[in-house]
Amino acid sequence: MINFEFLLGHYNYWAVIVLFLIGLYAMIVKKNLIKKFMGLNIMDTSIFLFYISMGDVEGGVSPIIAHGGGSEVIYVNPLPSVLILTAIVVAVSTTALALSLIIKIYEEYGTLDSERLVELMGW
Amino acid sequence: MVGTSHLPILVVLLPLVTAYITPLLGWIDKRICNPLVVVSMTLAFLASLLLARSVLTGGVISYHMGGFAPPFGIELVVDYFGVYMCIIISFITLMAAIYSREYVAKELHESKTVPYYTLLMLMTGGMMGASVTGDLFNLFVFFEILSISSYALVAITGKKVAIMASYKYLLLGAIATSFTLVGIAYLYILTGTLNMADLSVRLQSVYGVGGSSWTLIAALAFFMVGYCIKAALFPLHTWLPDAHSMAPSSISAVLSGILIKVGALAIIRVLFNIFQPEFVVETIPITSMISWMAAAAIIAGSLFAISQTDIKRMLAYSSVAHIGFIILGIGLATGYGTTGGILHIFNHAMAKGCLFLCAGAIIYKTGIRNIDDLAGLGNKMPFTMAAFTIASLSMIGIPPTAGFVSKFYLGLGALETGTWSGWVFIGTILVGSLLTAVFYMKVINNIYFKEPLLREDVQRDETPLGMLIPILILAGGCVIFGLFPRIPLSLAEPAAKLFLGGI
Amino acid sequence: MPESLFGEDVIVRTIARIVAPFIQLFGLYVLMHGHISPGGGFQAGVIIASSFILLALALGLPESKERFKKTIRLPMESSGPLIYASIGVTCILAGGYYLQYGMAFLFPPHVVSAILISAVEIGIGITVMAMIVTIFYSMAGD
Repeated sequence: MINFEFLLGHYNYWAVIVLFLIGLYAMIVKKNLIKKFMGLNIMDTSIFLFYISMGDVEGGVSPIIAHGGGSEVIYVNPLPSVLILTAIVVAVSTTALALSLIIKIYEEYGTLDSERLVELMGW
Repeated sequence: MVGTSHLPILVVLLPLVTAYITPLLGWIDKRICNPLVVVSMTLAFLASLLLARSVLTGGVISYHMGGFAPPFGIELVVDYFGVYMCIIISFITLMAAIYSREYVAKELHESKTVPYYTLLMLMTGGMMGASVTGDLFNLFVFFEILSISSYALVAITGKKVAIMASYKYLLLGAIATSFTLVGIAYLYILTGTLNMADLSVRLQSVYGVGGSSWTLIAALAFFMVGYCIKAALFPLHTWLPDAHSMAPSSISAVLSGILIKVGALAIIRVLFNIFQPEFVVETIPITSMISWMAAAAIIAGSLFAISQTDIKRMLAYSSVAHIGFIILGIGLATGYGTTGGILHIFNHAMAKGCLFLCAGAIIYKTGIRNIDDLAGLGNKMPFTMAAFTIASLSMIGIPPTAGFVSKFYLGLGALETGTWSGWVFIGTILVGSLLTAVFYMKVINNIYFKEPLLREDVQRDETPLGMLIPILILAGGCVIFGLFPRIPLSLAEPAAKLFLGGI
Repeated sequence: MPESLFGEDVIVRTIARIVAPFIQLFGLYVLMHGHISPGGGFQAGVIIASSFILLALALGLPESKERFKKTIRLPMESSGPLIYASIGVTCILAGGYYLQYGMAFLFPPHVVSAILISAVEIGIGITVMAMIVTIFYSMAGD
């Protein structure tokens, strides 16, 4: 028996898994170095979504005391968002470095096709 | 007040602050960079030694960032293993920094000097931070600091092949990053905390529960794959030979000497600090799994190394084999075995650091990278080659060099398991050492006994003193710590005992 | 990207010139609110950097670079982390842990805390801004 309620209730996880696999697929299959890196970025994004959706509480408000406070107010968990802010900075710096490397590779080899590059390198 | 109690933050802060001062001063005058880095690393080394003294006398130190008590605040935990790694990191980086003075002036373009020292210091700061942090997410952040700076450092020469090697390293490193991030997410969902000590307490209640233990296994799997890529354990090592052989030699010494060991550190932290030893040894025998992978790494790395002709590529493949020795020690999860693995981190850092610096000196003086062309160098650069020989002997594990002690401990650890697999591991260690001997002896044979092609090749032409001193210190260390192994063991033994407390 | 993306389009050039200072002002607003409400160094840095990117798109790279020279960017990139670290060390000198803001030091603790957090945010903002602009310039062909 397939528990549809269970499957649909966790739709955020399904979205994350699908995105993660799309990213992984692009990294493995695509030959262009930029597309490979875009695959990685999709993978990273799926993880960011995973963190943010796990910190969310239904009906929660952003955790600022200025909302009036009181114990009856439900706040979302701010920690995953903070963690993801750091992880995004990390991803941005990795992307910047990767793109500059890709620019250099194109200048030196004249191609971004990974199979051609492997031939040229003799690996 | 300001005293030894603030040393944990100081060892992290020193290299990081230097990293940001370097561009400012280097902008005024490039020649300031090197003395600045050397002074800063000397201070960091002294601070690590002081830290070791206070850990040895007063036990594990916990430092609360911002004055917030853990598990809510960020905590730095300096245990025996953390301070042990701090000493190794600051020492090897200090040696590489001294060596860089003359090496960088010749091998790198003038405009690369300032970025070189900045990135080196950032990388060191990341490694120091990863060693002392007690927070899982901080471990991730420090890992990224050191990884991103190392990607850039591999490509800093600007050579075609180096850029490709760096891209390959970056791609695999970024996958590893994503995987560890997923692992952290799983553990956070399960427990709601990121502090390592708090995690290990809260996971106690999770182990038995049927449903969530699958989440736990998934988290463990993600961590293992991620950190094994960073540590370059055998099937996931493919980035290492290119990256480590294409980087400038002083950087190769740091990368091979300590950076991959920080990956091993992360594996140890995950296996023994976060998860219970009982869980990873008995419930899910991940330790025996990584032991078998490590055994494969020892054999495969050595076999690959034999077939290499480029000296730096050979050394890089040898690192693949020796990270196998370290992980084997960790995976054995016995008193002697883990002590041996931790000890081998130190011994391999010294020997491999020395070897890469020697290879850099050879390339600096003669431009030779091919092993077959090394003939006659024994007369040409006698001190460098003597150091190379000593470090090679330490890699093979011949007494009285340091490599013997750690391999002896690994062997004892394999016996301690008392199963048939222990005997297989002993066989692996022996065969691995013999294979290591094959390719190092080939180089030594070429250096001393092969007839040089040209007579003028044997003119005495020693490495400059500034590069020779760190080489000789590291080679001396290989012998001294082989004769007096109590010195590193005084930290390695309690570290292993602390990790395996439950067994 | 040698020339402007939009050639000599008067509307784009004028609007970009007028809007840029307001973007920067908004960035400063976000920066100064960082210690008590959403906002802070990262966001403010990116907002201010976006004004320079807008100028580069509208007026062309050379003119944008002229307004934000490397001799200014380079010290800014380094100064942020140094401000951060020096405030952390100040807290140690005042007798607390690293980055323990709430030390009584000339003012009551909560005032000191507000001042120091703002100073840290300013440091972060400066660095993020300079860094993003530098990344943009080098990607655009420095």
